[in-house]
Amino acid sequence: MKTLESILAEHPFFKEFAPEYLQLMKGCASNAFYRAGTYIFREDEDASHFYVIRQGKVALEISAGSLGMITIETLDAGEVLGWSWLFPPYRWHFSARAVEPTRVTMLDGICLRTKCNEDHDLGYELVRQAAAVMMQRLQATRLQLLDAYAYDPRARSRL
Amino acid sequence: MIVPAVNPMVPQLYRTGRIRRETLDTCTVEFEPEDGSKVPPFASGQFNMLYVFGVGEIPVSMSGDPTRREKLIHTIRMVGPVSKALCELKRGDSVGVRGPFGNGWPVELAAGKDVVLVGGGLGLAPLRPAIYQVLAGREKYGKIVLLCSAHTPSYLLYQRELEAWRARFDLEVGVIVGHATSAWRGNVGYVTKLVSKAAFDPANTVAMVCGPEVLMRSTAAELEKQGVAAEHIFLSMERNMKCGIGFCGHCQYGPYFICKDGPVFQYSHLRTLLVKGEI
Repeated sequence: MKTLESILAEHPFFKEFAPEYLQLMKGCASNAFYRAGTYIFREDEDASHFYVIRQGKVALEISAGSLGMITIETLDAGEVLGWSWLFPPYRWHFSARAVEPTRVTMLDGICLRTKCNEDHDLGYELVRQAAAVMMQRLQATRLQLLDAYAYDPRARSRL
Repeated sequence: MIVPAVNPMVPQLYRTGRIRRETLDTCTVEFEPEDGSKVPPFASGQFNMLYVFGVGEIPVSMSGDPTRREKLIHTIRMVGPVSKALCELKRGDSVGVRGPFGNGWPVELAAGKDVVLVGGGLGLAPLRPAIYQVLAGREKYGKIVLLCSAHTPSYLLYQRELEAWRARFDLEVGVIVGHATSAWRGNVGYVTKLVSKAAFDPANTVAMVCGPEVLMRSTAAELEKQGVAAEHIFLSMERNMKCGIGFCGHCQYGPYFICKDGPVFQYSHLRTLLVKGEI
């Protein structure tokens, strides 16, 4: 059976973390399983955990009034879920639903923040890795915002 | 490259056959030569000029199987008067067809290599002939990866065929949409995410990409980041084509005429042009 430390070490998000940091963070970690269709967290609830997806697929959703719940992104094994535990007011901006049976390792947000405050090198490394993922997602979101599939009068005459 | 055997400026008469609605704004139309002959041979990636009499003429990529010459198949998005008229044709209506024009996808170059095909939105239509071709000669290729994206699930083209392709064990199919309702169980996000997760050998891969320019640019950049050589990444470009044979200059794109030198180009030839907004 794998230890929490080895699970974290094998996950792409943590691949640049020194072993002593993984050792520190495993004290905040626990494993969880979500059946397909169940919510991991809901919009506006307290953002209490950081989720490391090990298996499955998670949909990030927002309630869009009469349109119902709209999925704005899906996250798969090898990705991480949730930044709101890191920034005040520590509340979720979106809901997260397991689309498939999903295994995660969840890290307690308060525990992580405490460790980061005690060891700023760990805090820097965690925020640096988080920022890299946020940048990727921001760039993808900007491209999505372009609505590239819409008609381009310059190029689309052929179609 | 396959060029028309007859005067390229004279349309040949074709009769409209089956018309199938693909999405809210897109249809696939079949045409047969009125004189009962076979459809002229064409290479995957080439296009025809389709003329709706009394309305106008537009370039449209072939979307059918190049080995089946009983009928021409074109997938058309209704964005203007001619494309709208094409989708509103009735069975038996006559149209004029000039072509085939342009070069094609590097299907032969891809032999012995992994093949990554990325179709964004309607970009899957010009790629479909290449998909048919590589699947027909499956043993000649390494891994074949087909990645498709669309604004929402309802805008995905060829949904039945996509399902059939997904069921194959010798083809990896990834689909992603920009947003969806909870009923959608697939991926949501941007197509570059699928590229970064697909399983292929970047050092031995030929990639063919078709879709909106900004999507092709970001996809090509991601493929290059994964290790695919820019010379092995091919993009299908579009501009406002009129003559189709490089005379009129309407489709000039920097040093190229899209109709004659393209529409398929190596990314290495386009990289500096794609970032220039004024071209």
